[in-house]
Amino acid sequence: MTTQNIQWHRRLTNALALGVITFFALIVTVPLFLILGTVVKRGLPALNLAFLTQIPVPIGETGGGMANAIVGSLMLLAVASLIGIPLGIGSGVFLAEYGRNKYGNIVRFTADVLNGVPSIVIGMTAWALVVVTQGHFSMMAGSVALGIMMIPVIARTTEEVLLLVPQAIREAAFGLGIPKWRTTLSVVVPTAKAGIITSIMLAFARIAGETAPLMFTTLGNEFWSVNPNQPIAAMPLQIFKYATMPYDQAHAQAWTGALVLITIIMTIVIVFRLIASRGTLKGAS
Amino acid sequence: MHTLPDPTASGDSRSDGPRSDGPGSDGLRSDGLRADAPETVLNPAPGNAPLVAMAPGTQMGSRSRLTAKESVFADGVFRSAVTFCAIALVASVGLIVYELIIQSHLSMSKFGFGFLTKQIWDPVGEDFGALPFIFGTLVSALVALILAVPLSIGTALFLTEICPRVIRPVLSMLVELLAAIPSVIYGLWGYFVLVPVLRLHVEPFLAKYMGWTGLFSGRMYGFGMLAAGTILAIMILPIIASITREVIMAVPRQQREAALALGATKWEMLRIAVLRNARPGILGAIILGMGRAFGETMAVTMLIGNRAEISKSLFAPGNTLASVIANEFTEAVGNTYLSALVEMALILFVLTLIVNGLAGLLVWSITRGTPRALA
Repeated sequence: MTTQNIQWHRRLTNALALGVITFFALIVTVPLFLILGTVVKRGLPALNLAFLTQIPVPIGETGGGMANAIVGSLMLLAVASLIGIPLGIGSGVFLAEYGRNKYGNIVRFTADVLNGVPSIVIGMTAWALVVVTQGHFSMMAGSVALGIMMIPVIARTTEEVLLLVPQAIREAAFGLGIPKWRTTLSVVVPTAKAGIITSIMLAFARIAGETAPLMFTTLGNEFWSVNPNQPIAAMPLQIFKYATMPYDQAHAQAWTGALVLITIIMTIVIVFRLIASRGTLKGAS
Repeated sequence: MHTLPDPTASGDSRSDGPRSDGPGSDGLRSDGLRADAPETVLNPAPGNAPLVAMAPGTQMGSRSRLTAKESVFADGVFRSAVTFCAIALVASVGLIVYELIIQSHLSMSKFGFGFLTKQIWDPVGEDFGALPFIFGTLVSALVALILAVPLSIGTALFLTEICPRVIRPVLSMLVELLAAIPSVIYGLWGYFVLVPVLRLHVEPFLAKYMGWTGLFSGRMYGFGMLAAGTILAIMILPIIASITREVIMAVPRQQREAALALGATKWEMLRIAVLRNARPGILGAIILGMGRAFGETMAVTMLIGNRAEISKSLFAPGNTLASVIANEFTEAVGNTYLSALVEMALILFVLTLIVNGLAGLLVWSITRGTPRALA
């Protein structure tokens, strides 16, 4: 009798616990659908061609859009990539190929530290480095901040995927008399291409929506500007500005901006996913 | 039998040629290995001559030797290039520390350690203290953890141990997508959706049933510590869940099998074999999530209400280190004001440094030795 009772009790606990775990896992997906749903519902009405092709108009006037902010964000991303991708991949190659020692451990630790530094602190560093030195806000300052944020993400992931490349492949190349640099560039890195592209995608997804490091570097701009040496408009900044204004028209613009921004980020993520998966297939066959 | 001697003979004569003319004349060499001539001029070290002679396929041998010589140089260049990248990485962290210290020097020398314990925030009188902001940072992160930890551990357990194979990739992608939503969009959603819900439904409910604790009392604005903590909870869920998942997967399969073999139910197996073994790593994941919460800026800035006060009630507006920088930095006038804000960034940097270092150590203690699973 008693053992049966214990069994019954244990079975109930088991069912309850598993039920709670499943319930928690399902709850976690709720905010995602709530947020995406709201963004689509409130952003779609104001989405039109004008939004994508015109610059902002003063509150009260109809029309206007975020064309300058879209272009500005893409420029920020592009210049940040010029800083972040080479340094990130280079550091990753260093860690995987030359970093199995004390110096590698220092770099690895530093990369993890940099990865954990809040974006606003990196923004402040870019402010001190570029804005204070130059005496004015500029797109470049924002790109420096975003570029620095990309480095550790790409470096650590690149290292990981390079280490997954079998040692035998390297040895085969050495056996053919191919020097190390050539082996790394023509054999190891192409084999790990898919993983490296994924790391770049991760870095993009991380910085594309960043607002905090741009607030006192890139600053934002109501007008057309493609001059890297001047303040430039950026989507996250524009969304923040419209969201905190007390006008319905501004709020509508903020939601539409959020929709466009999320669409851009998701597109980047999905396109890179596709490229990466194709690369994997090529490497496997 | 007849064919074999032939190539060896020719090979012998070839290798004999250079060997004999090694010291002096080069008549035979120049007509036999014309293709190599310009390359050998580039590299006329006499000490290498015997090597050429010993190589059976002289032409191939000498060419690869030369590229090898060049590639020693190329290897050096390549190595320097990637080392430069690594140094740039280390230098950027150095620059962060250096710039923060330089720019906050004025505030540090003026206020000293009192900056950390003062409650004053007076831009006009140029008197500043960081205590309300440190308090706000810690409390909002704590609220976020209380909400996020059970949910994310549950998600990690579900994904690794319970979830049917078919929906696993879908669910883990949904959690990943949560991490891809920009902070400012969380802020936007919180501003227009979460805050009204909190003000009209959640806060009256909490005040009615939990008001006696003192944590849920006072005016209900919607904006405040509770709103900031809630949005932070959603934002740090994915990171805690994904690291916990990694840690749980690092627990050896035999542990699970042993527990099941002893007659444990699935939950008992999870509790005894999985969670107990993964405890330090899960703690590390939680602390890492806390580090994230410390540094989150935009969503918190939009929801926390921005008032530099310490209040027991979670309904009250507050402020964090990150949000005060975001709010006031572009409008700050006066060097002391700017410098004080930079010192806040320095405090934030040190806080995240300590927290992330601790977390990294804990996670490493569990996952070392097992290959890290790739997303």
